[in-house]
Amino acid sequence: MNLFYVVAFLSIFFSLLVIFAKNPVHSVLYLIVTFFTFTIHYILLNAQFLAMVNFIVYMGAIMVLFLFVLMLLNLNKESEPLKPTLLKVAGVVAGMCLLVTLAGSLKVLSVSEPVVLQNTNLGLVKNLGKVLFNEFLLPFEISSLLLLSAMVGAVLLAKKEA
Amino acid sequence: MENITQAIQGIPLNHYILLSSIIFSIGVMGVLIRRNAIVIFMSVELMLNAVNLLLTAFSAYRGDAAGQVFVFFIMALAAAEVAVGLAIIVMVYRNTNSADINVLNKLKW
Repeated sequence: MNLFYVVAFLSIFFSLLVIFAKNPVHSVLYLIVTFFTFTIHYILLNAQFLAMVNFIVYMGAIMVLFLFVLMLLNLNKESEPLKPTLLKVAGVVAGMCLLVTLAGSLKVLSVSEPVVLQNTNLGLVKNLGKVLFNEFLLPFEISSLLLLSAMVGAVLLAKKEA
Repeated sequence: MENITQAIQGIPLNHYILLSSIIFSIGVMGVLIRRNAIVIFMSVELMLNAVNLLLTAFSAYRGDAAGQVFVFFIMALAAAEVAVGLAIIVMVYRNTNSADINVLNKLKW
């Protein structure tokens, strides 16, 4: 029971570091740690397939892509243009207002039922595969189209002279 | 495996909602206070992940596998989004020599 709170604290801590780190490369590295804590959350919820996908796709592929672009563009320098302090304070206040609104509207602080895993093999590959290829077969095929078009678009956009 | 599933028993669902709300708000703050396009992009990823975690928690809570399938689709969508978005950032950098979003104010007025 306590493990959840430790990991939740780590997630919040590292995601704060992501947005407050001066150097963008440090931001990417903190984001990788944040995603790792999310993987631990998935394992705690017994969503093993999602944990592995999160680990491989997010921490492996997407973050390497970010780091690649950052290094390629040579943005890993300290002298990043900063917003004026007033705008920063306004942004933080706006975010806090959003948080308070969300928490208030969802009655987060009232007592609720605990999360009980009713079906312990819910998140296993076998179970999810059955759902994915029966009920969600059409969206699955369409997502392949989405990935293809994204790939074509990315190549077209990043080409030197289109 | 039993130990792990035991560890989660007794966490109120509200705490998952609170955690996801906090991380989503941090993402929003990141979008508002940073000027580097790539860091803004990373904040968007943070928001997507907060939603993913909440969907998984609800899926485990209700005993319905559909929520986890949605998370899988969101991950596929995020991969596509990152590829296109980073390509756009690379293109912007090539044209303006910076990833500062304040350069992109042509559509502002």
